[in-house]
Amino acid sequence: MNTNLAKYLAPGHSTCAGCGIPAIVRTVLEATKDPVIVVNVTGCLEVTSTLYPYSAWKVPYIHSAFENGGATAAGVAGTIKAFRRRNKIPAGKKIQVVVFAGDGGTYDIGLQSLSGALERQHDFLYVCYDNEAYMNTGGQRSGATPYGADTETTPSGKQSFGKREKRKDLMSIVVAHHLKYAAQANVAYLPDLKKKAEKAFEMEGPRFLLVLQPCTNLWKYATSEYVNIGKLATETNFWPLWEYLDGKYKINWATEKPKPIEEFLKTQGRFKHLFKPGNEHVIAEMQKEVDENWRRLMNLAEVD
Amino acid sequence: MIQNTRYKIQDTKYIALTGGAAAAEALRQINPDVMPVYPITPQTPIIETYAKMVADGKADTEMIEVESEHSAMSATVGASAAGARAMTASSSQGILLMSEILPIASGTRLPILMLASARALSAPISIHGDHQDMMFVRDAGWIQIFSENAQEVYDNVFIALKLAEAVRLPAMVIMDGFTTSHSVENLETLEDNIARNFAGDYQPKDYLLNFEDPKTFGPVGLQNSYFEFKRSQIEATNEVIKKLAGINQDYGKISGRKYDLVEKYKLDDAEKAIVVAGSTAGTVKTAVDELREKGEKVGLLKIKLFRPFPYEQIGEALKNVKNIAVLERTASFGSNPPIYSEVIQGLYTMREMKHSVQSYIFGLGGREIFKEDIKKVFGQDFDGKEVRYIGLK
Repeated sequence: MNTNLAKYLAPGHSTCAGCGIPAIVRTVLEATKDPVIVVNVTGCLEVTSTLYPYSAWKVPYIHSAFENGGATAAGVAGTIKAFRRRNKIPAGKKIQVVVFAGDGGTYDIGLQSLSGALERQHDFLYVCYDNEAYMNTGGQRSGATPYGADTETTPSGKQSFGKREKRKDLMSIVVAHHLKYAAQANVAYLPDLKKKAEKAFEMEGPRFLLVLQPCTNLWKYATSEYVNIGKLATETNFWPLWEYLDGKYKINWATEKPKPIEEFLKTQGRFKHLFKPGNEHVIAEMQKEVDENWRRLMNLAEVD
Repeated sequence: MIQNTRYKIQDTKYIALTGGAAAAEALRQINPDVMPVYPITPQTPIIETYAKMVADGKADTEMIEVESEHSAMSATVGASAAGARAMTASSSQGILLMSEILPIASGTRLPILMLASARALSAPISIHGDHQDMMFVRDAGWIQIFSENAQEVYDNVFIALKLAEAVRLPAMVIMDGFTTSHSVENLETLEDNIARNFAGDYQPKDYLLNFEDPKTFGPVGLQNSYFEFKRSQIEATNEVIKKLAGINQDYGKISGRKYDLVEKYKLDDAEKAIVVAGSTAGTVKTAVDELREKGEKVGLLKIKLFRPFPYEQIGEALKNVKNIAVLERTASFGSNPPIYSEVIQGLYTMREMKHSVQSYIFGLGGREIFKEDIKKVFGQDFDGKEVRYIGLK
């Protein structure tokens, strides 16, 4: 493997075959030359990278609990601030505090901690790898799970088409905290992710990246399809690439003719039931939601 | 807001402070690196007083005004792991909200200091003092030290800080909510330079900001390692009793106040003794004095260090006292009250159970206890048959 890529997160971690989380971590951390402290919350990345007596981390790393990524980062960032004031850290030496958390730890159980840390304007970058459910515990629905998805706790069946509620609009919630920079990215577009991480590392205060991470295991598809499925998420406008900077919205990828949502849905076992007779309305509803979200984004944004 | 209650009595070393302000004064002298804080009655005066000290330039701690106690403890863990001398303060429901992170602080071996203003637990909600919150978290792996009054609160902050850092475990300095936290008392403080020398500089062993030697904090420990982690934590906790004796001695040299692991008050020839923790020890002392004047052989054993529990020292202190009453401001539903159970274990280490030990519950939800109540207790037989209540309507 490219040893440069393993500079911060070594190979030998135990993520599932084809998992994109290490690519997200490496791409983000590669985007800065500053020293980095990683704060990680309970989830796939944490359990697969810190199995004592081994650690895949070549940078200082802390995992404390599931719902406290924001607050833990606040304590680390607060220490850096205190040490600067007391001349224990030389002036001008930038140190990056980066949180990695899944969607469960961000949209749901960790939302309060994230909100508090954003509101207090701590100097940190929060990266949510969003695989759209609680994958570390075997695939239960989260606030990030899309409408219509079959999960362990919203299974499809005779009386159910899967999850009945729409995804939480986390990006709007984050932007409402008056932070400088927030961006939505996708692991299938690594150069875009890297550009966004580089931009984020240049700034101070709270910064936020939401990165789509198609779960090979629990979205239920062949591992070889990983990048294709990620791309389809964006090509159907299900997962637009966009960023928010100083009050301005920018779309980073757009097409004249977005693919219909079915193109994305049909690739994955979690949506398989939607193609059975009687569930057409669910797909129609999903298409409507995608179109509405895209229109709202177009109204806010300029296209790159 | 109570910081204005501070005033100096002319020509003495004494100042009058509430327990909360005494804690803040000790913090000012220590000037920790980071303090994540969240308000809750009756703890709030500590953080308000300290925030004003920082605002006035008397200390330069990084205060983080978090959005919950869960985040207060989480940020304190983050700060401590980063290499900071990190502290916080809380009470009651706040400490319970922290309770998920408390064993993470101790399991990660972080010498965090927490000022605890002990208070009742909901439901029904009560903001007043008792020890239920402290007992709820007694197995969280934290050092717990009870204080009788503002003087002890002030002194215990220094003692607990040095103790925590010596064994790399977090510590709570406990004061009784309102009774101690909000009552003004005279106390003697240390000169700033003496206090600072005693506190010294904090040198963490491993810390996140050491980029030369990056460490992973909070790993996964499975069946092949978890047990050993806990065993080493148990051993570290047992070290506390040894270390505390030395730190008490050092502190005695700079303060003139010599503390022991337990405090014996007129106990040596006592035929009857009360065991109690916290502010009620003061009331018991007064009752003991008055009964002694009448020739009654009564005494007090004050619990100071509660976690780890000094079984041997307690057993030794009580070995010649036949009749013992353990008074507690807590309820242990479906079980005997905790200090009562611990005292019996302490006596059992003597291998001769010739004592009658009686459990009393008092003061829940801030219910007052008076000198006369204590005298009544001393007048009773301690048959130990069932738990008794003091002051119950």
